[in-house]
Amino acid sequence: MATVVAETAEADAPVATLDRIWRTPPGLLGTLTSVDHKTIGIRYLVTAFAFLLVGGLEAGAMRAQLTHGDTHWLSPEAYNQFFTMHGVTMLFLYASPVLSGFSNYLWPLMIGARDMAYPRVNALSYWTYLLAGLLIYASVLVGQSPDGGWFAYVPMTGATYSPGLNIDFYTVGLTFLGFSTTVGAVNFIGTFFCMKAPGMSVNRLPVILWGTLSSSIAAVVFVPALTVACVLLYLDRHVHTHFFDAANGGQPMLWQHLFWIFGHPWVYIVVLPAIGIASDIIPTFCRRPLAGYTFVTLSTIATIMLGSGVWVHHMFATGLPQMSTSFFSAASMTISLTSGVSVFAWLATIWHGRPQFRVPFLFMCGFIILFVIGGVNGVMTASVPFDQQLHDSYFVVAHLHYVLVGINVFPVMGAFYYWIPKMTGRMLSERIGRWVFWLMFIGANLTFFPMHITGMLGMPRRVYTYASGLGWDTSNLLITIGAATFAASILLFLFDVVRSRSVGPIAGDNPWDAPTLEWSVSSPPPPYNFAVIPTVRSPYPLWESRLGERPASVLDAGPVLADGRETVGTDALDGEPVAILRMPEDSPWPLLLAIALAWVSLALVFSAWTWSLIGVALTVASIIGWLAPAAMQPARAEPTGSDRRLPMTSDA
Amino acid sequence: MTTARLQTIGGADAGARGSEDAVHASGRWAMRLVIATEACFFGYLLFSYWYLAAFATTWPPHDAQVSLHLALPNTGILLASSALLIWGESGIKRGRIGQLRAGLALTTALGALFVAVQFVEWSRQTVTPSGSLWGSLFFTITGFHVAHVCVGLLMLVVVQVGAWRGAFTARRHGYVSNAALYWHFVDVVWLAVFTSLYLVPVLNR
Repeated sequence: MATVVAETAEADAPVATLDRIWRTPPGLLGTLTSVDHKTIGIRYLVTAFAFLLVGGLEAGAMRAQLTHGDTHWLSPEAYNQFFTMHGVTMLFLYASPVLSGFSNYLWPLMIGARDMAYPRVNALSYWTYLLAGLLIYASVLVGQSPDGGWFAYVPMTGATYSPGLNIDFYTVGLTFLGFSTTVGAVNFIGTFFCMKAPGMSVNRLPVILWGTLSSSIAAVVFVPALTVACVLLYLDRHVHTHFFDAANGGQPMLWQHLFWIFGHPWVYIVVLPAIGIASDIIPTFCRRPLAGYTFVTLSTIATIMLGSGVWVHHMFATGLPQMSTSFFSAASMTISLTSGVSVFAWLATIWHGRPQFRVPFLFMCGFIILFVIGGVNGVMTASVPFDQQLHDSYFVVAHLHYVLVGINVFPVMGAFYYWIPKMTGRMLSERIGRWVFWLMFIGANLTFFPMHITGMLGMPRRVYTYASGLGWDTSNLLITIGAATFAASILLFLFDVVRSRSVGPIAGDNPWDAPTLEWSVSSPPPPYNFAVIPTVRSPYPLWESRLGERPASVLDAGPVLADGRETVGTDALDGEPVAILRMPEDSPWPLLLAIALAWVSLALVFSAWTWSLIGVALTVASIIGWLAPAAMQPARAEPTGSDRRLPMTSDA
Repeated sequence: MTTARLQTIGGADAGARGSEDAVHASGRWAMRLVIATEACFFGYLLFSYWYLAAFATTWPPHDAQVSLHLALPNTGILLASSALLIWGESGIKRGRIGQLRAGLALTTALGALFVAVQFVEWSRQTVTPSGSLWGSLFFTITGFHVAHVCVGLLMLVVVQVGAWRGAFTARRHGYVSNAALYWHFVDVVWLAVFTSLYLVPVLNR
């Protein structure tokens, strides 16, 4: 093992030089061209939260309709658009991007790097996400929003039964969004493999890195299934191909297979980074390292591997052979084993720790409880005979909301309370935070627990209204009251965030006395993140003196790299330094390429072939513009000092 | 006391041996992952083909024109283009810029020829995309493949311009390696498409 120490000439960190090199210039141009992961991360978080509010309003409209039976203020057509857009918004435009926001902001700070591996790709990923979201919501302007459910089953969504633009916004919008997800995932994986600080071997990483890595690999492998499904449906609708056309040999079931091959792993994509967040926050408030770090990371990876082979449990009622459904039922139940490993690791951490019930920790406790409930009703629905009884009933709605709200929203809320002080430099209110937590916890349970009962009593999902007097009235009223409570907690949280900007106590570098690297820098962090690249020797660099870890991490000495945007590249497993990576400057090309792709997408929605070809030409031009300076310009002469030596001292 | 040597990579040529590994470390990973996700895309397309074929009573249907007359030579053209690209890339690794330029030019020419032959193949096909399920699959899958060949050609043209302007040296040619990797991927995907759409039906006949 070797320790990187600073060259003596660079021992006094030229912080002003680093600041000049890394700071994005102010003004509109700087805003549009920035590739800083912290800026991009916060943009992701704000945009995703805005979509959460919109999706919440859609849910509110549906709850208003369903509070009592025989209510008709939303027409069936409008209700279909509301529940479809609610699902699409929450699953695609909130749940995954909000986690990308945290990962983008936190990864380089946690691993001692100055940026992500591909900063311009990072900007491209954000701009395409924003534009894809706006494209999907442009459907509202023409009054033809997607209305086939977030799963958009054929033949209901084929040209015959859905002749409007509704499904075209869905197929094109999700293909465009899939591009954003994929390039974002590539960036995370590349960063994981190349950018960790010297000494940061894979057993010393914060768990969110493992969660996001697992999600990203799944995105690379499974998002294309959705893309293929959407492309084939688009062709069926506009070129009159026959992929899903049963009258001409096509198979509607092909859609369900492709969609759920993507769709079930997507559920893990939107929860695994959140599980990682929990595994990083719980130790801070239990004042001890995470119990069973290795088991938690391995079970994270095992979850995504098992999760790739369970998609048929969404299709138990489609008449597949019993052999097949039995296999997928068994596979689905094994997920409870890998999830259980994490739950018991958290319980052990709490049990053996000295828990401090601050607001982020309250959200983690709420998360564990909801996760267990969502896991138990998940095992119930994984059982074929049980599922066939309750398929398409409110029981399933209860299950999926316990899972998604419990394992995504609660860790995300805890993460906001935990990391917003790092992002803004000011603490949120402990007192308001407790109100937010309890309102949200009570609201979530009051909303989603009665749905189990309503489902058992036979209420089907996706109905725009129901007859009174079927025994569903009381539970539906409770559900609406719960939803209003939940909404109140979100509004209170927003108030807290706004309030903290002016009156929140100054956070300081490490307000929680937390153990990981992001807390070693100022709040908010400087544009270059670290004045010197640290060397890491344990998973909890800031707790080493108390844990008695030897040798200790070195945070105040190391390579400075102030000759331009540079950071240290390391190998994937051991974090041995292998190169000084030159990072790109701010660039307008990510935004221009995103606009070109949005142009193509919009033209395709309206079947405007000429316009889409112009968009393709613009896309090609943007890519060439992006690549040209590096790929087409003559190689410059070797600048002096580009083959530099970093003195390494052996401590073995 | 050991001393490790670190090279600056990215904007300029780096120092000693090992720099190319470092280029692979970041840019190479991005290309590998793009290829992984594209490979999955074709995997799902071919899954759709076999899934739908499994339900059909006669596959391919009688009116489909499945013949190796153009497809087999075209496969040879694409394989040859990959071989020439390997030859060109091996040139730049030893600093022979002329060999790289020749390899890139020949690869691009063969790639363009492949696309042209594919257009002839389509024009000879009596079934249309909307005419039958088989036509839908045939044109969609080969169409997406040709689109990927065109993307590969675009990459080759970009690095070709770079090669003529002297952007690459023995130590700095990550863009060439990445474009080559993509081209080989397009080639390998064709083998899967060719096997599914041509070889298996012909051998079953």
